[in-house]
Amino acid sequence: MLFGAGILLLLLLTGIFFTLLIGSIPAIKASGIKFLSGTSWNPVTGVYGAVPFVIGTLLTSFLALFISLPFSFSISLFLGEYFKKGALAEFLNYATDILASIPSVIYGFWGLLFLVPIVRKFELSFHILPYGVGIFTASLILAVMIIPYTSYLAKEVILLVPQDIKEAAYSLGATRSEVIRKVIVPYSRSGIFAGILLSLGRALGETMAVTMVIGNSNLIPGSIFSPGNTMASVIANEFTEATNDVHLSALIELGLLLFIITGIINFIGNIIIKKLSIKG
Amino acid sequence: MKRLFSILVLLASVLMSLTANAANTELLGAGATFPYPLYSKMFHIYYKESGIKVNYQAIGSGGGIRQIRNKTVDFGASDAFLSDKEMKAFKNPVVHIPIVAGAVVITYNLTGNFSLKLTPEIISNVFLGKITKWNDPQIKDANPSVKLPDMHITVVHRSDGSGTTFIFSDYLGKISKAWKMKVGTGKSLDWPIGLGAKGNPGVAGLIKQIPGSIGYVELIYALKNNMPIASIKNKSGNFIVPGIKSVSEAANVKLPDDLRISLTNTIAKYGYPISGFTYILVYKNLKNGGLSYKKAKEVVKLLWWMTHKGQKYAVPLHYAPLSEKALKKSEKIINALRFDGKNLQ
Repeated sequence: MLFGAGILLLLLLTGIFFTLLIGSIPAIKASGIKFLSGTSWNPVTGVYGAVPFVIGTLLTSFLALFISLPFSFSISLFLGEYFKKGALAEFLNYATDILASIPSVIYGFWGLLFLVPIVRKFELSFHILPYGVGIFTASLILAVMIIPYTSYLAKEVILLVPQDIKEAAYSLGATRSEVIRKVIVPYSRSGIFAGILLSLGRALGETMAVTMVIGNSNLIPGSIFSPGNTMASVIANEFTEATNDVHLSALIELGLLLFIITGIINFIGNIIIKKLSIKG
Repeated sequence: MKRLFSILVLLASVLMSLTANAANTELLGAGATFPYPLYSKMFHIYYKESGIKVNYQAIGSGGGIRQIRNKTVDFGASDAFLSDKEMKAFKNPVVHIPIVAGAVVITYNLTGNFSLKLTPEIISNVFLGKITKWNDPQIKDANPSVKLPDMHITVVHRSDGSGTTFIFSDYLGKISKAWKMKVGTGKSLDWPIGLGAKGNPGVAGLIKQIPGSIGYVELIYALKNNMPIASIKNKSGNFIVPGIKSVSEAANVKLPDDLRISLTNTIAKYGYPISGFTYILVYKNLKNGGLSYKKAKEVVKLLWWMTHKGQKYAVPLHYAPLSEKALKKSEKIINALRFDGKNLQ
């Protein structure tokens, strides 16, 4: 039964891969390698280059991860080490759970109506062209969206750190911050990293919320305040009205590329997790 | 044995008549989202009047065209007419029947909420990124009575593929050579500047938020939301405020027999220059679309109703009804629909 479920999952995964691959054949024939090196995406002339979107996707996702890490790490320490029980802990647990279950379109609206004006004021005071929307705003939204994933997983592994190891450290005269730095973090770092990886996967594929605040410009972003676009967002934007077969196929190829990039990142991530985990 | 056979035949005929009945009472269409509010109203009334149910899926023009090509629907709907190249992708000829016209209007965010006058040169230069300030001499010249601010112009366009973008870029391609060369006409474009937003609400939302921004939305959307609308200088040199009348008027010109025409920049004296038809697509020989004779007859009846009696539901929903000239040509196209040579009227 379990074995069957495993096989089914594997079949699904290869099935998705081949569906995308077959769907992309017309675009691969038309654009070839230029799809991966081209910087212009022009459905009118039939030139499809994915570079601006790959940059946009990676930039927003990693920036979001960078922004979210201090927050998610503090939350996980707070709930996993300092306040494991009590009303405050319960409330915080509850709040992060809710954060994880809000639909992304709601995040998008919140970003558009609340975050964008704030970012614009910030940009005005720094004499940047005050769009309000752009890579930075999208990363902020993504950061909020992925905090619960990292913090939940990190909290669980921090809770798993054996009490006797911690007590041993305390008995040697270690302070609380020393225990965190020298015992808890090393012991749980592979689990924390797994949480980070999960969040990154979520950030890479997020579509709706990003589309609403990223500015949807097909140019390569000049700075983190420029408008940009992500692979998932382009697919969502152009798929319904793509009448041209090559255009449609190029969008599917974009999906294939996202699939492969996510796969590579997960592969590298798993190697790092193995390296990080304490042996023996 | 003989008895068993006759029972089987009876059963088969009952089953066949059942499926035939089910197919008769429901017509299936798919396509454009732009006319969806009107179509759902029309089909609701049509069901009450004739008992024929029309199931319309607003999946986007692209999907509508694909589905009629794959013969999975009885009719398709599209905001943009098929190009010659797209027509060739069909094994059998299809025809376009315009139902109503819509317009694309230019809206903006400037304090004071005055009505701006724009010439074709200004529009193309703004959307190409050549005019970047609101107090540019070109805009000043066209609006002498308005005090324009020294403010950066932020262009907002659609990020999703859309018939609105098609009509707008078709207009720009006609009035500006530079646009035709650099950007071109399509539902999704490689925009030289600006921010993209999803759907009319997205564009409107971004414009409301960014002072000094300019963008384009559907007329219906702008009217419903009381947005400032620019009047535009048409081919005859008149500044036209977009509205149902000026849009219908734009189509009151000499039209080609197949009605595959863009209504942008027409010579109509009081016509608004950025408008276009929204079409229903059917196979010229309806049998090619996989329809039964009965169903084909129902499709023709429906099309006739939509272009005649159904037209009165357009204005309350801010769509422009067919102009006299457009209606005459549509009638000809509907009358020429056949089922393997058989008349369908």
